[in-house]
Amino acid sequence: MAQLLRRLGITGRTAVIAVPWVWLLLFFLIPFIIVLKISFADTRLGVPPYTPLLEWGQDGYVNFKMNVANYLFILKESLYLEAFLSSLKVAAVSTILCLLIGYPMAYGIARSDASWRNILLLLIILPFWTSFLVRVYAWIGLLRNNGLINNVLMGLHIIDEPIVMMQTDFAMYIGIVYSYLPFMILPLYSNLEKHDNTLLEAAVDLGATPFRAFLKITLPLSMPGIIAGSMLVFIPAVGEFVIPRLLGGPDSLMIGRVLWDEFFLNRNWPMASAVAIALLLVLVIPIMVFQRFQEQESSGAHR
Amino acid sequence: MAARPEVRREPWKDPQAQAYIRIENVTKKFGEFVAVSDVSLSIYQGEIFCLLGGSGCGKTTLLRMLAGFETPTSGRIFIDGQDMAGVPPYKRPVNMMFQSYALFPHMTVEQNVAFGLKQDGVAKDEIAERVNSMLSMVKLDQFLKRKPHQLSGGQRQRVALARSLIKRPKLLLLDEPLGALDKKLREHTQFELVNIQEKLGVTFVVVTHDQEEAMTLASRIGVMNHGRIVQVGTPHEIYEFPGTRFVSEFIGNVNIFEGRIMADEPDHVTIESRELGAPIYVGHGVSTAPDATVWAAVRPEKIMITRDEPNAPLGVPPAMLARDGDFNRAQGVIKEIAYMGDTSIYIVLLDSGKQLRVTQPNSHRHADSPLTWEERVWISWHESSAVVVTE
Repeated sequence: MAQLLRRLGITGRTAVIAVPWVWLLLFFLIPFIIVLKISFADTRLGVPPYTPLLEWGQDGYVNFKMNVANYLFILKESLYLEAFLSSLKVAAVSTILCLLIGYPMAYGIARSDASWRNILLLLIILPFWTSFLVRVYAWIGLLRNNGLINNVLMGLHIIDEPIVMMQTDFAMYIGIVYSYLPFMILPLYSNLEKHDNTLLEAAVDLGATPFRAFLKITLPLSMPGIIAGSMLVFIPAVGEFVIPRLLGGPDSLMIGRVLWDEFFLNRNWPMASAVAIALLLVLVIPIMVFQRFQEQESSGAHR
Repeated sequence: MAARPEVRREPWKDPQAQAYIRIENVTKKFGEFVAVSDVSLSIYQGEIFCLLGGSGCGKTTLLRMLAGFETPTSGRIFIDGQDMAGVPPYKRPVNMMFQSYALFPHMTVEQNVAFGLKQDGVAKDEIAERVNSMLSMVKLDQFLKRKPHQLSGGQRQRVALARSLIKRPKLLLLDEPLGALDKKLREHTQFELVNIQEKLGVTFVVVTHDQEEAMTLASRIGVMNHGRIVQVGTPHEIYEFPGTRFVSEFIGNVNIFEGRIMADEPDHVTIESRELGAPIYVGHGVSTAPDATVWAAVRPEKIMITRDEPNAPLGVPPAMLARDGDFNRAQGVIKEIAYMGDTSIYIVLLDSGKQLRVTQPNSHRHADSPLTWEERVWISWHESSAVVVTE
């Protein structure tokens, strides 16, 4: 048996490498091809609700029909473009907010006493122990007109009327930043924690104030962490559906929501697939930039 | 390098000389642990002062207090007459070369060296000029655009040196400057360091655990142990006249004989030592109570090893020899011989049971009948060779 396997070129090493490849093939590439195929189909009534690309003709020919109208429609119809742009904007603002809040937290944890670090990290990860949806619903309980925050503020007579927070961009940003903050903090922490403190001492010794030493040494050296964290927040935030839907206003136009509507309201699977493919293309570009940066990093500046 | 003793000034012997660094009763505690304990020290301009000691003796803590990274728990530090209390590291007229070099990995050699000048807002042209001349001095002008990880260990060390000298500090602190280099490169770099120091007239304070490094670099050495300065002196003084057993054993090899003072005259002492099996004559006076237990230290290279009975030890007055018998000699058996090329090391087991280390130069290529294992030999030394050390 072992010999047969070897003759086929299957050794322990290839078997181990094969696991992630099989995984990617089954759960990424094949679904992607299916979605890609649907995006070129036309909608119809029935099961499945789209036309096949290949069809046996009566005359013994194979008919190949590819419908590019969906993509043309995305380019033509300003709704999609606006949804894309507004998704990118929301994701970008959320990423910047996460960075502004997450960097000091990651820095603080990395600089804290070794005995404290694990406890603080645990506190960062702790929210994951509750379901994501439950946590978003909890925010509804906090933010709604007769929710906790408004009740406390009114009880203290700071305000007379409840502040409308639910179904606003404000609530949506709170939800996104809250949910994705750990994804910013963890890669930043793992970068900052490796920093050599003597570099800062050397900078200060050479006449830099501690703040300048941070700007000139710590910040540039933490760039890989900043980029990794930003990617981890930005990419899922672009396609975010649940948070804008539950916390955001009815007019908040996010591409995830458009996708949902195409699938479940319009039952236009080919259109939804085309939107999904377009979204993927939009996201592949920043990922490639990130890859490029990492390659430079590993071949260049980093020791 | 101590090759030119005639140009070496010895400001520490001049009562008029102003100390450049004055450390007054400095103590540093980390919680309950006392890292530096009541250290007082004066270091003069143009010196290469080595703080020598084992790990955890407090030498690095003392250096970091000079740089301003640690503040003394008590005591004061003056540099060039100015009290350094409350002066942050970036305002001190001091630069430091770190043991790990601490080069900025994201900057080129040029940017690393220019960093200090940029912080001071020096004009661009001047920065470029000074960086170039500094890098050509350390022979790195070919490597301006390289990043630290593209350099060898020796090159990194020179970048670190250039970076710490670029601001023309009056005082340079060096933390184990040669620690990361291999042996050949170390020797070469030692000479280079001393040359640069002489050329620029900078005062060096060097921390090292390596006695050889201290001996070759230093104008004076301060030996530290358990947070205290045990002895300060020139390399010669430290080696030839160690004050304590610790110093004598830490620097070089030494044979130590425990004994009791028999006679304590101004110009000599005699010590009765069961460990040698004969009295020891030391050609310098000490001031201890008679009958006190003392230790006589003799360096291995100062002991002669002969097959035949040696003549009466040189320098001991004949009248004393007649009265007290033999001094400074004993018989034993060779147990080990290690051939080192330039010298041979003999381990001799004395009749008293004490083991002795003796080194002899191999001045002849072929000895007629070399000493061999298990051979019975005499060991002896000159009256000026032994020193009395205290615990």
